[in-house]
Amino acid sequence: MATLEIRDLHVSVDAETGPREILKGVDLTVKQGETHAIMGPNGSGKSTLAYSLAGHPKYTVTSGSVLLDGENVLEMSVDERAKAGVFLAMQYPVEVPGVSVSNFLRTAATAVRGEAPKLRLWVKEVKEAMAALQMDPAFAERNVNEGFSGGEKKRHEILQLELLKPKIAILDETDSGLDVDALRIVSEGINRVRSTGEVGTLLVTHYTRILRYIKPDYVHVFAGGRIVESGGAELADKLENEGYEAYVKGGASE
Amino acid sequence: MADVNTPTGSTTAGSIEVGTAGAGAQLAGPGTGRATVQQPIDARVAVKPSFDVNDFPVPTGREEDWRFTPLHRLGGLHDGSAVSAAKGEDKVELSLPDGVTAETVGRDDARLGKAGTPVDRVAAQAFSAFEQALVVTVPKETVLTEPVKIDVHGEGGTRFAHVVIDVKPFAEAVVVINHTGTGTRAANVELLIGDGAKLTFVSVQDWERDAVHAAQQTALVGRDASFKSVVVTFGGDLVRIHPRVNYAAPGGEAELFGLYFADAGQHLEHRLVIDHDTPHCRSNVVYKGALQGQDAHAVWVGDVLIRAAAEGTDTYEHNRNLVLTDGARVDSIPNLEIETGEIVGAGHASATGRFDDEQLFYLQARGIPADEARRLVVRGFFAELVQQIGVAEIQDHLMEKIEAELEAAV
Repeated sequence: MATLEIRDLHVSVDAETGPREILKGVDLTVKQGETHAIMGPNGSGKSTLAYSLAGHPKYTVTSGSVLLDGENVLEMSVDERAKAGVFLAMQYPVEVPGVSVSNFLRTAATAVRGEAPKLRLWVKEVKEAMAALQMDPAFAERNVNEGFSGGEKKRHEILQLELLKPKIAILDETDSGLDVDALRIVSEGINRVRSTGEVGTLLVTHYTRILRYIKPDYVHVFAGGRIVESGGAELADKLENEGYEAYVKGGASE
Repeated sequence: MADVNTPTGSTTAGSIEVGTAGAGAQLAGPGTGRATVQQPIDARVAVKPSFDVNDFPVPTGREEDWRFTPLHRLGGLHDGSAVSAAKGEDKVELSLPDGVTAETVGRDDARLGKAGTPVDRVAAQAFSAFEQALVVTVPKETVLTEPVKIDVHGEGGTRFAHVVIDVKPFAEAVVVINHTGTGTRAANVELLIGDGAKLTFVSVQDWERDAVHAAQQTALVGRDASFKSVVVTFGGDLVRIHPRVNYAAPGGEAELFGLYFADAGQHLEHRLVIDHDTPHCRSNVVYKGALQGQDAHAVWVGDVLIRAAAEGTDTYEHNRNLVLTDGARVDSIPNLEIETGEIVGAGHASATGRFDDEQLFYLQARGIPADEARRLVVRGFFAELVQQIGVAEIQDHLMEKIEAELEAAV
């Protein structure tokens, strides 16, 4: 069973005034089949955690460790992490002009699976996954994220999640900017992947809204660059009612 | 602020200048940085075309036409000093399908100078100094199934060249000039497309790194004729290609495609003029370029004039640039001047984006290695345009060249 173990992770970014520490000792273990919600106020560092796990070059890990089934993730390049089974659904997916969605998906699937998927099966697989996310087939011929609406970008991220079948899925604010219908469709996509029991999900979110569709096994409150409280789904209800105020006050958050 | 801030959309890179002009209005030229320069199309219309180099003053670099060109790297083509420079040699190989004739003729041949007249000093210099011209003729109603190939291999020194491609009425031809080797060259290429004829003219600048090449390629499009220009520039130190389209009669159609890949230190300049002075003609321009390396510089200037008589004109021009690394510069200036409202359509667009760290990260985060990610982006960027060339052999060759450029990527 795949396990992601984050131990005492410290991460900083280069600011004008020198390195600035954002993650200040994160400990978290995510196992295949589990869903963890990471919730926190703006600026708490939860997106930094997501991008650091995927290996974004902007972030420097200063200490701590991240292991996936015992393998040192921090030593891997960004594409190696993806091949090892780490997937990051981004809050702001990037436009890649000149590269069609179908070409992109097939190139990614070939890279992650280690061999090119058989064309006929692949076409069917993509078609079905797109239909399930209520995406127009014409979508496949558009350039990656170019001119996509907010909802289309998020569906496209979840489409990749479904096709690439990672061991650990990190979903960074996938719910932000979605209307209710889009949120439902996207959540259903995430739940389809979760229901296989083969993915550990790290759901990074500011709002509790998406948790009505996706029931987490664990909820962690993120503030000041670390997890300050952990609990079950009931913790989300508390946040819903009380907000983050209790965690921000006197916390280390800037 | 701890959340990652990933910019979406393309960022601009280098310097982008966009000038636009409306009907009869003052021509806009924002960002020229110099209040004293002339306005784009005005300036070019005001220039009196001439075959005689002495009718043009030596450019200083302040003129609208020359302000982007590093004159000191032109090998004296602009100031007369090239004429006394060592005479260069070319090795020219012709591949002529049945029915096509090629002649080497003297300066006094009556067929020269019919498509149009030089509009700048370097083109006039080429016309004033060339010794022999090549005239390729595709006879009336001859439909070629193989391309005409003109392989020009520069062996150094300074050359002035003149080429006429004469496609007679209702003939159809593909003509490819492929430039390799090195040297300093100024040339005029005349393209005569007879009534109802079709010409695809491909000019490939695959020079060695130190070559200098300035050329005016003037097309005269006949009644209901189709002209497709494909300009491909990879090599050279300074390349300045100037395609021009004139219409001899109504119903003509011109498509101008261009593709360039500028590496560190290269100056690749493409400026084109489409002069719609005849009713019911069409033009469509798509130029795409990629740049990589320190001081890679691409200039694209697209001037489209729709004169009062040119009712029913339909035109669009589009330039896109992809900046792959820091240190590159793009100047992209579409100009459109419209003197009649009785047209089908007119438009232009220019966009310069960069392949940035965020795109790289996004593709890598899906398992795609960095070098493959870059190839994917550049291949996709050019493929769309290459497919429109319509000559399979050329298309394959170009995609190979693009791959080779990427292999050399920094």
